[in-house]
Amino acid sequence: MADAVAVETVGLTKRFPGGDRPAVDNVDLATEEGEYLVLLGPSGCGKTTLLRMIAGLEQPSDGEVRIGGDVVNGLPPRARRIAMVFQSYALYPHKTVRQNIEFPLKAEKIPPDKRRARAEWAADLLGLDSLLDRRPRQLSGGERQRVALARALVREPSVFLLDEPLSNLDAKLRAVARDDLKEFHKEVGTTTIYVTHDQVEAMGMGDRIVVMLDGQVRQVGPPQAVYERPDDTFVATFLGSPPMNLVPRDDVIVGFRPEKALPADVLGERLDGHTRWSLDVHRIEYLSGDRHLHGLATGLGKPTPVIVRLPATVLTPIEAGTTYAFVVREADLRYFDSETERAREDPA
Amino acid sequence: MTATSAPARARVTDREGLLARLMLLPAIVYILALVAIPFVVAIAYSFSDVTAGDPSFDWVGLENYRANLDDPVFRRSLWNTFFFTAATMALTVVIANIVALLLTTDFRGKWFVRFLILLPWTTPAALGAIAWLFMLDSLLSPIDWILWQVGLLDEPRHMIWLGSSGWAKASVIGVQVWRLVPLAAVIIMAGQTSIPDDIKDAAAIDGAGFWRRLWEVTLPLTLPVIAIAVLFGAILTFTDMSLVSVLTNGGPVNQTQVLASWAYIRGIDGGNLAQGAAVAVFLLPLLLAATIGILRAVRRWEVG
Amino acid sequence: MTGTVDAAAGPAGSAPDSADATAPPRAAGPTVEQQRRQARRRHVAARIVVYVVAILAALLSAFPFIVEGIITFKRDQDLYAPGNNPFIYNLDPTVEHLDFLFTGTGFLGFVGNTLLVGGAVVAITLVLALPAAYSLARLPLRWGGALGITIFLVYLIPPSLLFVSFSRLVANLELQDSKWALVVLYPTITVPVSVWLLTGFFRSIPRDIEEQAMIDGYSRLAAFGRVAVPLAFPGIVAVVVFAFTLSAHEYLYASAFVSSSSEKTVSIGIPTELVLGDVFHWQELQAAALLVALPIAFVFSLLLGRFVAGFTMGAVKG
Repeated sequence: MADAVAVETVGLTKRFPGGDRPAVDNVDLATEEGEYLVLLGPSGCGKTTLLRMIAGLEQPSDGEVRIGGDVVNGLPPRARRIAMVFQSYALYPHKTVRQNIEFPLKAEKIPPDKRRARAEWAADLLGLDSLLDRRPRQLSGGERQRVALARALVREPSVFLLDEPLSNLDAKLRAVARDDLKEFHKEVGTTTIYVTHDQVEAMGMGDRIVVMLDGQVRQVGPPQAVYERPDDTFVATFLGSPPMNLVPRDDVIVGFRPEKALPADVLGERLDGHTRWSLDVHRIEYLSGDRHLHGLATGLGKPTPVIVRLPATVLTPIEAGTTYAFVVREADLRYFDSETERAREDPA
Repeated sequence: MTATSAPARARVTDREGLLARLMLLPAIVYILALVAIPFVVAIAYSFSDVTAGDPSFDWVGLENYRANLDDPVFRRSLWNTFFFTAATMALTVVIANIVALLLTTDFRGKWFVRFLILLPWTTPAALGAIAWLFMLDSLLSPIDWILWQVGLLDEPRHMIWLGSSGWAKASVIGVQVWRLVPLAAVIIMAGQTSIPDDIKDAAAIDGAGFWRRLWEVTLPLTLPVIAIAVLFGAILTFTDMSLVSVLTNGGPVNQTQVLASWAYIRGIDGGNLAQGAAVAVFLLPLLLAATIGILRAVRRWEVG
Repeated sequence: MTGTVDAAAGPAGSAPDSADATAPPRAAGPTVEQQRRQARRRHVAARIVVYVVAILAALLSAFPFIVEGIITFKRDQDLYAPGNNPFIYNLDPTVEHLDFLFTGTGFLGFVGNTLLVGGAVVAITLVLALPAAYSLARLPLRWGGALGITIFLVYLIPPSLLFVSFSRLVANLELQDSKWALVVLYPTITVPVSVWLLTGFFRSIPRDIEEQAMIDGYSRLAAFGRVAVPLAFPGIVAVVVFAFTLSAHEYLYASAFVSSSSEKTVSIGIPTELVLGDVFHWQELQAAALLVALPIAFVFSLLLGRFVAGFTMGAVKG
């Protein structure tokens, strides 16, 4: 496999005519070689535009894109040794699977016999042997994704770029496809940049996650770090389902994750290092064995609606319409400045 | 059948079967009365001896057809119709593809260029022919003047564009192409823009340069649309009499006659409706063959 | 559904012969910096080609019209003097020919007739074609599909054949030598294709919105008028443009059935009335042709986007 390289962006900016703010705003990014980097954010945050600039499909208004240390601004996509998988897979509808996979090799003017061998190697790797002579419209969603991957793989690129490739699959298929992609990455080890708006996907797949909003990077880090120590309230609420609970208190916002709260009587007397508060339960949802308690939290700050997630292992009976004592470990509390919404240390 | 909720009986405006028929009725009646029946009548005429002077209908069997087949002008018209259309469409398709590609890229002044490119088609055919009458006039042609200035032409300083058989034919084909390219380009452009952007991006990433993208992606995917453009263009050329009438009037010496113009000359100028009909009937098999052929091809080329 | 990345293939390693010279070289060969410069040069070259083609296309299309514009203002002595440069004014330009066109010929009458006939034909076409197309697209009819194809086939019947019967018809209706004959006849050309286009267009509009209207209490007919027709606006624009163009361009019927100057449209009026015998009033002719061409082209340019949308919906997908 071609050597994995690092992708860097330096001050990368993209302004579209008619937009009131840049679609991508001064983004500095650097991947490790062979890393699986996820760009995560809501629609319109600029993640796809950023990916397209790395690919060479859009020209930056400002800043540089570097691949393997070389500045590639102005280079057309084909000269950048990248491969891309689109949300729609963008398979050539009038070509067979084999012809789709061979297409990039044809463009590189590789002779037919070598082309065939390479294409068959890629198809074999992705289990497409029996489908080589079909056309895209005869394939299922999962099969089309594999063809798109084979076509990307066959060029031996230094970087893989994936633009929400799982959005078109239904839920069940998505989980399997996700595993396939991770396996694939382990096998080939190419630097991969993956764009998604689905935080579950991001958490499950990335070596590191880049959380973006409004064209800017809010936080970069391994999934665990971004989840446990969000830099601001946006990251805190974007990751995690249900999102982190945020309770205003004076000039600070107190945050805790739904799964970090427990009924007080589970801990009995061993309450030091924990903060006590009360939950007035309005509604209980049963989801996959967990109980999601929707209610009003008091004692932490202003009374605020929160969600608490109790795993099945917590057996405490809970009834809607009753108030219970709850606790959260102090180490699990996060604090954000009311004004800037950025993380800060415990003011207490 | 749908029924409205409150009144128990469905109103006419809801009885879908009835409504369907009523909505179709005006168009069907019109077409029956003004196309279907005249069509049959015209074919009947071709087997008769009806003329403007003698409108009585007498059956003469295949007499008119035999007379036509013996007539060298008719035979020439038949050949010309076919040849002009084929040549015109071949040239038009190539040029229109280039123009369509041009119009799908961005450049400054694009609106103005587009306006100019549209001019040949938006002008009535007869008036476009008038413009070219001057351009190709044996005495006043500006083209001749340019050729003379450039040295490609010396005394006598005139190309007889419309007066010599070969050049006249070339002129007819040329002006038809000039007229049809905008229409074909617009249709093909519609097809080119309906190729999903993703596929164009994928081709760019896959390393395809301009020519490969054109040949292996754009053209194959727009083939159905190109076929439709050819179909419309061919129909327009087959049935058009105005260009030939105004530009050459079928001349010189009937060398550029086509079926449409010849039918007119026989039928109206000559007053012999029956013979005019017999000439025009020959258009039908050509049209039908072209349409069926092209629509079949379109069906085959449609990709999922 | 199994995970299908084939771990059993061993280390995915490299593709067959990826290490040899058939893979594009990286260290050897042009550096990235050189490639960037090459890409920039190619980009510039491509832009130049685009502009050259654009200018060429524009010139070739418009050349006759540019000439028309120049000729309009030429004096006779200038125009007919042999050897004179046709592109410049060797003698001063004059508006006398333009003047004559408007005052001494029936040109304005032709324009008026064309507008009148065109407008009437568009109206009739829409009245006939819109309900018919909707019916074919939406309402259940067993033979609906076949009917649609038949209507298209009708389009193929050439005017060159029909005009033979029409002569008798026009005489019987006592419309000979009247522009109203054209108003009656032109829809035979416009209606079939319009039905075809509009059917495709109606089919491509999702049913949901009309069904919502019917749930909200409107009858099917009302849903047609209030919902479907407004939604089909681009298709209607395409049909209006197409029908008006067809009736303005039409030559055969106009030539066969209208002979007096006052009833002629531009399409037939200009070639016949301004060429008296063998004498071509070139300046008037060219001016007239240009004056008719420009506004139509202008309107077309404005509506091109809509027209293309309407056509794509109707033709490519229909």
